[in-house]
Parts: sequence; C-alpha cells; structure tokens
Amino acid sequence: MSRLHVDWTACDGRGLCAELLPELLAEDDWGYPVPKGDLTVPPALEPAARQAVDRCPALALRLTAVSAERAPASS
Amino acid sequence: MTSVVEAPPGSRVQLRLLAGTHDGRLDSHLAQHGRLPVLDAAQVIGLARDAGLTGRGGAGFPVWRKLSAVAAAGRPPVVIANGAEGEPASGKDRALLTYAPNLVLDGLQLAALGAQSAVLYVPAAAHRPLQTLIDARRRAGLDRVPVRLVAAPDAFVAGEETAAAAAVAGRGAVPADKLVRITESGPGGSPTLVQNVETLAHLAMIARYGPGWFRAAGTADEPGTFLATISGAVASPGVVEAGYGVALGDLISAAGGATSALSAVLVGGYHGGWVPAAAALPVSRAALTAYGASPGAGVIVALPRHACGLMETARIAGYLADQAAGQCGPCVNGLPRLASTLTDLAHRRARPGLPAEVDRLARLVTGRGACRHPDGTARLILSAMHAFEPDVAAHLAGRCLAAGASR
Ligand SMILES: Cc1cc2nc3c(=O)[nH]c(=O)nc-3n(C[C@H](O)[C@H](O)[C@H](O)COP(=O)(O)O)c2cc1C
Ligand code: SF4
Ligand code: SF4
Repeated sequence: MSRLHVDWTACDGRGLCAELLPELLAEDDWGYPVPKGDLTVPPALEPAARQAVDRCPALALRLTAVSAERAPASS
Repeated sequence: MTSVVEAPPGSRVQLRLLAGTHDGRLDSHLAQHGRLPVLDAAQVIGLARDAGLTGRGGAGFPVWRKLSAVAAAGRPPVVIANGAEGEPASGKDRALLTYAPNLVLDGLQLAALGAQSAVLYVPAAAHRPLQTLIDARRRAGLDRVPVRLVAAPDAFVAGEETAAAAAVAGRGAVPADKLVRITESGPGGSPTLVQNVETLAHLAMIARYGPGWFRAAGTADEPGTFLATISGAVASPGVVEAGYGVALGDLISAAGGATSALSAVLVGGYHGGWVPAAAALPVSRAALTAYGASPGAGVIVALPRHACGLMETARIAGYLADQAAGQCGPCVNGLPRLASTLTDLAHRRARPGLPAEVDRLARLVTGRGACRHPDGTARLILSAMHAFEPDVAAHLAGRCLAAGASR
C-alpha cells in the first residue's frame, strides 16, 4: 500500500487534488487540502492518487510506500 | 533573564548542569568534571539508551534513537548543537551557554564522533566568548572534531530542526518538508543530527557519571533533571534545574515564590499548555498529559489572578501567527484567523459560536504544516479554552473575571 504525502511548503492551494480524490481529501477555507484520514491510499484509489500526483501544478504531492517503521519522528 | 536561582531548603530543586562554580571557564570546568572518558559511538548510544535521555528542546524524543538513525545512515554526519532558543519565554539555553558552555561542547563531541563537522548554532550575540572558548579547547586538545559557530536568527521557528539544518547549510533558517528525514539526508545531502544544547550537556554528564547516576534524579519513566525558565508573577524570574516530577510549587518557590495569587500556569512555553496553579502538580509528561501539556523545553509562566488568561493567550497566539514562516498555506492563513478569533473572544466581541469556531480552526491547522508550529499553537489555544472555561462563559456574557480587567 502507499500513502499520499503533501509538501505544505509547495502546495499553493488550488484544490485540484481534493476534486480528484474526494474520498481522501476535503478543501479548507482557503482551498488547501484537508486529509480525511492518515492519507493511506486503498488499492482502488491508487490510479486516482497517481493522477493527483501527476497533475498537481505545484509538484506538492508524492506517493510513498507504507513501510514498517519510519526513522525518528521529529518535532 | 539568565540568573540562576538558588534552591530553597527542602525543595526538590536539584542542581547538576548548573552545580559548582559555573563561571564558564575551561580550567574550572576541568577542575570540576575532568576530561571526558574515551568512548566510541556505539558506547555513546548505549549510555544514552541506558540513561533514558530524551531531548530537552521540546519534543522529548529518545536521544539514542536519533543517534542510531544517524549512525545507520553510514555516512559521516553533520552534527548540530541547537542553541537557537527562539522561544521568548525561554532563557535556559542562554544560561547554560553562559554558565556551563563546556558541558555543551563536550556533549557535542560525543554526539559528533565520526562526524564530518560539528556546529554550535546560537544567536550571534553569544558568539564572541564561545569562539574564544572553542579556540582554547582546541589548543588544549579537547575537541577532535572542529566546532564551527553558525548564527541563529532571532525568530521563533529558527530553532526548528530542519530550519537549523538549513541555516547551517547556508540557506534561510526556515523549516523544510520532512518526506526525507534529515537523519537520513539533510539539506547538504549528509545525514544530519540536531540536538538541543541542554540535551548534549546531559550527555556529557552521563558519559562521566553513568546512566545509574543520571537516573537517580527524575522519575523511573522520565529520568534526569531539566532546566526550567520561570517567569511571570514570581519574585525572582530565572533558570532553575530540577528532576522531572518536581512539584510545580517547588519550581515557583525556587523563583522567589508567586508575587500574587495565581490563576493558572503555562507549562511548556508558547507551544505548551495551561495547567492549574496547583503546588503539588508534578512537572512530568505523565502528570501533564491530562492538561494537554508537557514539560517541553521547561518554560514556566505564572499567570496572576488579576490578568486575563484569554487575553494573555490571544497575545501569544498573535505573536505565534506573526512568526509563521510564510511557507505553508494552512499555517499562514489559519494561524492569523485563529489568533483573531481568539482575540475577539478575549476582547468580549462576542458572537454566537465563537468558542466552537476557535475549536474548529485549532483542529483544522493541526498536522498541516512542514513543521509543528501550527500543532503547537493549536495545542496552546485548546488548553486555554479548557483551563479558562469559566472566563470563556463570562466573556460571552460581556464580563471578565480577571480582578484587574479594565473594562
Ligand atoms: C517552531 C519550532 C521551534 C523550535 N525551536 C527550537 C529551539 O529554539 N531550540 C531547540 O533546541 N529546539 C527547538 N525546536 C525543536 C527542534 O525541532 C528539535 O526537536 C530539537 O532541537 C531536537 O533536539 P532535542 O531532541 O535534543 O530536543 C523547535 C520546534 C518547533 C516546531
Ligand atoms: S493539487 Fe497540489 S497545489 Fe493544488 S491543492 Fe492539491 S497539493 Fe496543493
Ligand atoms: S508550518 Fe508554519 S511555521 Fe512551519 S514551516 Fe510551515 S509556514 Fe513555517
């Protein structure tokens, strides 16, 4: 499985991703995406997620493999 | 605010890092603690793990796990001692770098075994005496890895770890996206370790006196001492050292005692939480979780009863909104909206649904930034809405409960 990652420093909040992936993302008051969960992408949504990543104008989205444990969380 | 306050008799305040002469000189340091024992990187990781040492910069993350992650990257790391201390209510890192800088520099060497470079990241105003000391230590053959000073700008987020790493790499001191952890690959491509200066000073003590000695202070789950910066309505604001679990009242009395009746205490600083002014309340993660707070970086602010907690929180929220690094939409837009909504409540510009709107905005910004600045700001505000619940009700009815309220 994979997970969607938003680079908030890059996202410019045009909300395209929320339109392509309404199951995973809503839009906030300013047009920025709001994750509805932890952004784990179920297999059925994988194609839509890939499309969102490819079409994000700010290159702010990534799909990452969900691995067992990630290195230290930071603050 | 760098005075070290004296421990009143009978209190659980306990000086370790700040014990002894603390004049910052190399000769008195060596007379007091001697040279560091010779250790390898694996031994340092083992000591940090056995001691249960956690980060003193706010997040409280286990040090051995970060050391291991950097070692596992398999390339010489950049190691950064973080003394940026961007938090206005904190003075403990400055005090430590003034009174016991050699412990910090010892700890930096321990964390930097095998590193390509070691950096002390502190405000430029502190550089001159530190450079003199760094030169003296190098001449004395104390520091195998050369230490470089890098200036930390005076901004709240400049001490966030990816911001520190960026500044050290010669870029602006702003936080970065964390898809790739800096412990794997920092801004310059090298694995990067960022530890708070106090964390490193504790590491230097553990290397000399052992994990068992370290664990003799604090609680079984949260061992060791921490530096607290105590301010607000106290007679002698300053920096104090105590074991985790110390009673809040002991910290307040170490700072000369409260100057008037207190209505609440802010613990953990501007990203912390409001707790009741209860003398017996233990200052530990375990005891403070119930209030949505944690010891954080040891900032304690005593709020007198004649001040309004909502006003004070609104003031801090406005400052924090101003300090957003201008990068992430939800933070840049959300924090000012959150601060102005809280300010409306503080100024009794009541409208229906105001508290619910504060709550909604706080939850909306949480987790939606490159760094945890929105999360910390939201935590502070949510704790205020809880701790000052009677004040919220009074403000909605157009009144203020604070004795000194002007209108
Ligand atoms: C907005 C923000 C500001 C921070 N400022 C500081 C700081 O001034 N000094 C510091 O040591 N840590 C600061 N931190 C925490 C660091 O990101 C990091 O966790 C810490 O330096 C790691 O060291 P430690 O594990 O030894 O605590 C800040 C975190 C955030 C989110
Ligand atoms: S498509 Fe990209 S830039 Fe647009 S809102 Fe989504 S993440 Fe942000
Ligand atoms: S979350 Fe806020 S403070 Fe942190 S990097 Fe983004 S804009 Fe800056």
